[in-house]
Amino acid sequence: MEWETVIGLEVHVQLATATKIFSGASTAFGAEPNTQACAIDLAMPGTLPVANEQAFRYAIMFGLAIDAEIGKRSYFERKNYFYPDLPKGYQTTQLDQPIVGAGHVDIELDDGSTKRIRIHHAHLEEDAGKSLHEDFQGMSGIDLNRAGTPLIEIVSEPDMTNSAEAVAFAKKLHSIVTSLGICDGEMSQGSMRFDVNISVRPKGQKELGTRTETKNLNSFKFMEEAIALEVERQIDVIEDGGEIIQQTRLYDADTKSARAMRSKEDANDYRYFPCPDLLPVIFDDDYIAQINDNLPELPEARCARFISKYALSDYDAKQLAENAAIANYFEACTEQCDDAKLSANWVMGELAASLNAHELSIQNCPVSASQLAGVISRIKDKTISNKIAKQVFDALWNKEGDDADSIIESKGLKQVSDTGALGAMIDDVIAANQKQVENYRNADADKRPKMLGFFVGQIMKASKGQANPQLVNQLLQEKLNG
Amino acid sequence: MSSNITKQRSLHELSITELNAGLRNKDFSSVELTQHFIERIERLDTRFNSFISICSEQALTAASRADAQLASGNAGVLCGIPIAHKDLFCTNGIRTSCGSKMLDNFVPPYDATIVENCANAGAVVLGKTNMDEFAMGSSNENSFYGPAINPWGENCVPGGSSGGSAAAVAAQLVTAATASDTGGSIRQPASFCGVTGLKPTYGRVSRWGMVAYASSLDQAGPIAKSAEDAAIMLNVLASFDKKDSTSIDKTKPDYAATLDQPLNGLRIGISKEYFSDGIDPEVAKLTQDAISFYETLGASIKEVSLPHTQLAVPAYYVIAPAECSANLSRFDGVRYGYRCENPTDLEDLYKRSRAEGFGEEVKRRILVGAYALSAGYYDAYYRKAQQVRRLIKQDFDTVFKEVDLIASPTAPTPAFGLGEKTKDPVSMYLEDIYTLPVNLAGLPAISIPCGLTGQNKPVGLQLIGNYFSEAQLLNSAHKFQQATDFHQQTAPDLD
Repeated sequence: MEWETVIGLEVHVQLATATKIFSGASTAFGAEPNTQACAIDLAMPGTLPVANEQAFRYAIMFGLAIDAEIGKRSYFERKNYFYPDLPKGYQTTQLDQPIVGAGHVDIELDDGSTKRIRIHHAHLEEDAGKSLHEDFQGMSGIDLNRAGTPLIEIVSEPDMTNSAEAVAFAKKLHSIVTSLGICDGEMSQGSMRFDVNISVRPKGQKELGTRTETKNLNSFKFMEEAIALEVERQIDVIEDGGEIIQQTRLYDADTKSARAMRSKEDANDYRYFPCPDLLPVIFDDDYIAQINDNLPELPEARCARFISKYALSDYDAKQLAENAAIANYFEACTEQCDDAKLSANWVMGELAASLNAHELSIQNCPVSASQLAGVISRIKDKTISNKIAKQVFDALWNKEGDDADSIIESKGLKQVSDTGALGAMIDDVIAANQKQVENYRNADADKRPKMLGFFVGQIMKASKGQANPQLVNQLLQEKLNG
Repeated sequence: MSSNITKQRSLHELSITELNAGLRNKDFSSVELTQHFIERIERLDTRFNSFISICSEQALTAASRADAQLASGNAGVLCGIPIAHKDLFCTNGIRTSCGSKMLDNFVPPYDATIVENCANAGAVVLGKTNMDEFAMGSSNENSFYGPAINPWGENCVPGGSSGGSAAAVAAQLVTAATASDTGGSIRQPASFCGVTGLKPTYGRVSRWGMVAYASSLDQAGPIAKSAEDAAIMLNVLASFDKKDSTSIDKTKPDYAATLDQPLNGLRIGISKEYFSDGIDPEVAKLTQDAISFYETLGASIKEVSLPHTQLAVPAYYVIAPAECSANLSRFDGVRYGYRCENPTDLEDLYKRSRAEGFGEEVKRRILVGAYALSAGYYDAYYRKAQQVRRLIKQDFDTVFKEVDLIASPTAPTPAFGLGEKTKDPVSMYLEDIYTLPVNLAGLPAISIPCGLTGQNKPVGLQLIGNYFSEAQLLNSAHKFQQATDFHQQTAPDLD
């Protein structure tokens, strides 16, 4: 039988506010456990929440970016359940009147077509703390630094039919929230976390199959793996005559396996009710209009601008425009070296590869945009070759110097364009490789360019890569063709 | 104010105004005053059990600081005056138990806003007063520390939940005390103990640092010897507080400045729903007499109707438990408060910490509230109760178009005996039948003494005002107290 997969996403996005959603404690990542949790975050008796306006502002920005209706009247509810990392015994969240109503985003598929993914709504809520189960000899540790960090939970319609679409959608959301500057996009720090609802049904069937929810995936790669695994599992179960049980599942990226966490039967009754400590918030049209007027550039608009302003290809423009931090890096670099094509190549090439290899985000890139611009400027004025430029880049990456010029200087990497010096080198190479010279001279004209590569290689080796390659080519041909 | 008065009467008999005069006149110092009260508390409170914690040391330190401030002429309105806080207001460095085993070991590292306001005004805090556990109760019998006793009768309850504050003021162990009122918890004990208690408009006094029972109903206020003292206290307690989102940013009048305004033209409404079946005949008679007395002060009396009054008790006992079921979830044995011995796992930790740490009435209300909010019952209970709440508010809105105040008994009975109602929660809940609607609507109301029953038990008159009409309520109460001496009657044998 042919199967069809149906996927919907719930995405938790940590908002990049300086302080928490209901307290003045810092939201910065990575502090010592429980040093960023104040009396409110600890749910000390008698403490009360006060809503952070910036969180509303950010949520509204997201709503405007996905063309959603903004809830003019919005209020918080209490979602009741007991867990040690939930200090109040309830999560303050939204249910009935979320701040962001129905909207949509468009994703691009591999065949170049676009698909619209509908968003059911997005609501504001507080993050929980973290339970740490290792290192406490049979006990659990609780870190409440994260408790109270503002989140928007974005709930999609079940509009995706495979993992590629789900990943494209997730990446698109990442691109939007980072472009808006409302989230730092640091997936490894949990700034965006995905819950994936998956069901399968025989192709052509109208009604949906029973779904499972795989929770808390924090990378696109894990999401892709988890979806593939779960789809395969569901099809296997059904084909073996079994039934899918509605349940929550947890994917383990280390073992590449998943397990059931809890089933619907033992689901909590969350006993939602409006939070009496927080009054409903009402936004007037001017407030929303003012946010709309100051909305940062979104990825699609940026892509179009890159094509027209920098004459980039569609492909390059899209790659660079997707991530706001990368786009900003590219633009800063281009502004200084005045060569968009070279900047684009470097940012998408050497820079992206190095970041990948070190599992770093562009925010933590050791080479700044102006340092890279310095490297590119030296390529442009032929001080160094592309190949040497990579060495200079690596040296900057390793903090061996402050800028391209000082590294070129200290390492003596300046390109040799002196015809006298190069001529002497070429004479040496010709003298040492008489057999190859003879072969070359006897070869047909159309085979010669390929054979020339051997001599160029020898000279580059002799010059430690510093010879000006165009000049070497020219001089070599003169001497060999004689 | 002549210093004769202060010489003829004992320090514990004096009002805040009189104490202020005596302190500024150097008839006595705050340290002397404080020592006097500490001596009384130590000698007499074994009978009344009105304090959970006594803070002699801190009080004497505060008193000598107050004396220095008085000497420098830089003294606040409560400078050197001994007060007590109900034990649900968080006090930095002083145990705040909420009358519960759950918080028996809890010492907050912060002050409630009203505690801070009192400290800024120079008040000397003698201790923390007894209360029904988590403010749930109408007799103070739900305290982990045993019931406070009504000074008017050794076997009588002081009312609740602020029974300790009312008993301490009535027993003259303190001049005034803070209290809180979620369904009558200031007014009913004030009525039972023959003192004056004011519940302000919801949002007038900050809730920051007050351990929450039912957040949309809780409001702090004073219990004092007179309306005049209550006005001075409210001047200190009331403030807009950015830390409380439900605090209202509205100009605060000087409540003491308008106490003496004449009551000519004051329109008082009486509602038959507030003299319902089950009311004690003596209570009905004394309150009706008091209302009639207002006519001699220049007021006119008008019959009004508040038709949804009988729905207030059922609505309250859905809304308050629903909110408390969430508010009390934080008491889980994880971060502070009571934790059971040797929990075997997380569930055991939760179950036993809460089962052992909470008393019966608290558990009953948590269960009722969780039930009312649960899937399938929410519409029938919680949503319906909220609809009733709106109707009750509308009743008041309509009546306040015709009258300035509504007068009623504070409670249907005078103070009852210890143990008399503990077996029957519903009869206990009906004690609050005249006070609950006020909380549901968020209105201000005051209870003032209006006479004694044949058995020598005080009865309270309740005056309910429109939103933010505290000045008018205090003025009306003060004029009554100027013309009568009910508020000056004290329980027998206070020495």
